[in-house]
Amino acid sequence: MTGPLMERRVGEVVQSTSTSFVAQCYQLEGAPALGGLVRTDSPDIYGVVGSVTTEPLDSARPVLARGEDAGSEEEVIRDNPQLARLLTSRFEVFIAGYVEDGVTHQYLPPRPPLVHSFVYACDQEETARFTSQLDLLRLLLNSGASHSDEIVGACIRQAAPSHDQPADFLAHACRALAVELSADVARLNSILRRVAP
Amino acid sequence: MTQSHEGNGAGRGRTPPEQGQPLGMVIEGSVANGVEVRLDPGVSVEQVKVGTFVTLHGANNRFFGVVTDVSLGSTDPRMKYTPIPADDPFVIQALQGTVAFGTVSVLPQLTMPEVLGDDQGPAAAKSIPSHFSRAFTASQEDVETVFGSEADGNFWIGNPLDMETKLCLDLGELVKRSIGVFGKSGTGKTFLTRLLLAGIVQSGQASSLIFDMHSEYGWQGQDADKGGMVKGLKQLFGAKVSTFTLDEEHSRRRGVSTDETVHLGFNHIEPEDVELLRASLNLSEVAASAAYNLREKYGEESWLKEFLDAGRNGSLLELADELQVNAGALRALYNRMGRFTRHGFMVEHSRVDTAAQIIEHLERGQHVVLEFGRYGDDEAAYILVSNLLTRRIHRKYVEAKESAMGGAGKEPRPLVIVIEEAHKFLNSGVASQTIFGIIARELRKYNVTLMVIDQRPSGIDSEVLSQVGTRFCCLLDNERDIDAVLSGTSGSRALRSVLSRLEAKQQALMFGHALPLPVVVRIRDYGPAFYESIQGGGDSEAERKRKVDELFGG
Ligand SMILES: Nc1ncnc2c1ncn2[C@@H]1O[C@H](COP(=O)(O)OP(=O)(O)O)[C@@H](O)[C@H]1O
Ligand SMILES: [Mg+2]
Repeated sequence: MTGPLMERRVGEVVQSTSTSFVAQCYQLEGAPALGGLVRTDSPDIYGVVGSVTTEPLDSARPVLARGEDAGSEEEVIRDNPQLARLLTSRFEVFIAGYVEDGVTHQYLPPRPPLVHSFVYACDQEETARFTSQLDLLRLLLNSGASHSDEIVGACIRQAAPSHDQPADFLAHACRALAVELSADVARLNSILRRVAP
Repeated sequence: MTQSHEGNGAGRGRTPPEQGQPLGMVIEGSVANGVEVRLDPGVSVEQVKVGTFVTLHGANNRFFGVVTDVSLGSTDPRMKYTPIPADDPFVIQALQGTVAFGTVSVLPQLTMPEVLGDDQGPAAAKSIPSHFSRAFTASQEDVETVFGSEADGNFWIGNPLDMETKLCLDLGELVKRSIGVFGKSGTGKTFLTRLLLAGIVQSGQASSLIFDMHSEYGWQGQDADKGGMVKGLKQLFGAKVSTFTLDEEHSRRRGVSTDETVHLGFNHIEPEDVELLRASLNLSEVAASAAYNLREKYGEESWLKEFLDAGRNGSLLELADELQVNAGALRALYNRMGRFTRHGFMVEHSRVDTAAQIIEHLERGQHVVLEFGRYGDDEAAYILVSNLLTRRIHRKYVEAKESAMGGAGKEPRPLVIVIEEAHKFLNSGVASQTIFGIIARELRKYNVTLMVIDQRPSGIDSEVLSQVGTRFCCLLDNERDIDAVLSGTSGSRALRSVLSRLEAKQQALMFGHALPLPVVVRIRDYGPAFYESIQGGGDSEAERKRKVDELFGG
């Protein structure tokens, strides 16, 4: 495993279903951005970050406010070094497809990723390659998340800069979206507004 | 429909037909109503016009059709109520062609031969292309396949809408049935007619006899828009065309020489003619029918002359008594006929028989233009002269045709008789009596057909109108006229909307017998370029002799 890949290893699957999985971050606040593309190994299952949570490890011990007398936020962390170990960041990923024997499939894999699979954030090249197809938009639109429109919009925005011609990608993605949402112009319109440059 | 596809394609070494611009694909339809084509995302509805020719590439057939409607569609019926940022090109680009799209209605009219150069021509479409068939604008080649090309001896009449392609007519087919040229005043009827006649003269497909009401076809015609004159048939074709005039003085004044001057004898007028003139001479039924009594008394040859003599001698009352007709009616007949026979072209007894003269010219393979000069505005004169001459000429054709059928002599060459203001003598009141009504109804049984020019087609007897095989229709705005022109044609609803959208001049909807499908044509300019294209096209001596022999069996 090469250095850069190590660097992109952001967490580990801790909970998994056919349509989504939850990964715990190795670093507090170390989750990829909303809408970012991530991958697990063997097989390579791809997904889009749908939500990020940071919360106490022990749900019976809620986090208390501590900075009343502190001069800055940094001071709060410095004065309470134990805090980082009481908290954890997790992110939920909606599965967007998988690659098997070099072939990309943008539909759900036969089995969800194994718990403890490593999760990597995709780099530009990998993002561009996977998002050259856009069937994943349909999976995201139907993810069932209450904010699926936000996820779709974020995904398109995140993916655009990784393409050679971001404007062309945007136009292409929006047309694909329009085909998916041809029966619901109001929803389409609201997503387009989130994506418009 | 059984069509074999073996042997299609590269094997035969023929080029597959060239395609026009891609438009979209078929998404629904029926034979009765035509198909809907959903436009491709890149094609704007504004690019496609009603009347445009389209080819549809079905799985087994290529169809040729016409755009009858263009509409805007949406996949989401609620779109029209959804606020859309119309000024945001990003959003509009995403919606256009996906959620919001254009459709065109296409009426498939013909199935095309699979490969150009196939012997089979296009055939009437009895089916429609299947779902998702691709639609293209028709290419130049497609239009030529359907309408024929100049190279194959067809007559270039103009261009289809928005196309540079030459639209051609098969004049041989055209003259087989009666022809109608309709349109409001000033829409280009006379120019179109002159163009068609020039084509007919040049092609030699038929002889023509033109009752030239306003003296526009013979030597020269007026160009109202540009001012000045355009060439008439005589100038273009010289000896192929003979001009007759009813009004020598008028011709002389215009510095136009004519070949013959027409004189009609009283002896040529028949009581049937008087009947026809009732409306124009304002005669009662009783007065008109008195002519029959007079013929009975004085005989076929001299009834009119004797009657007018009797009137001049003051013996009308006795005559009325003797014939047992109303004296007032007889006096009215005397007054009107007296006034009418004072026209310069009327003589008591004409030594020359104009009808025979015209027939003689037609026999020589010439075309005859009869100019009315100042009498063109005299309705009665126009009706009388054209009926009287046509009746005699028709009789001659009937004889020639019948002897040809009996095996003696050849068929007479087709004759096209051109009349203006046709509704005046083809209205329901008189159509059954006039020779023109008879000619229209007997179709081309005797090789004589009509070309009627009219601005008020609703005035023409509907039965006569239904016999007009090929119709050229310039702009009309009267509803009844439009109904009349479209009566008896299929798809008249679609044609109606096409008709009402014609330009005010030099555009016509052509449909009927000589055309595979209705088409809007921008009529070719009648002017120097046209003269150029037909001059030098004169017949050789041998060709002329052949035609003379052909006519009346030589
Ligand atoms: N094919 C044509 N070529 C040139 N000019 C035309 C043509 N058709 C119509 N025009 C113009 O329109 C005017 C009116 O046409 P005309 O044939 O006299 O109309 P109508 O006989 O229907 O009253 C002509 O004087 C001429 O200027
Ligand atoms: Mg005219």
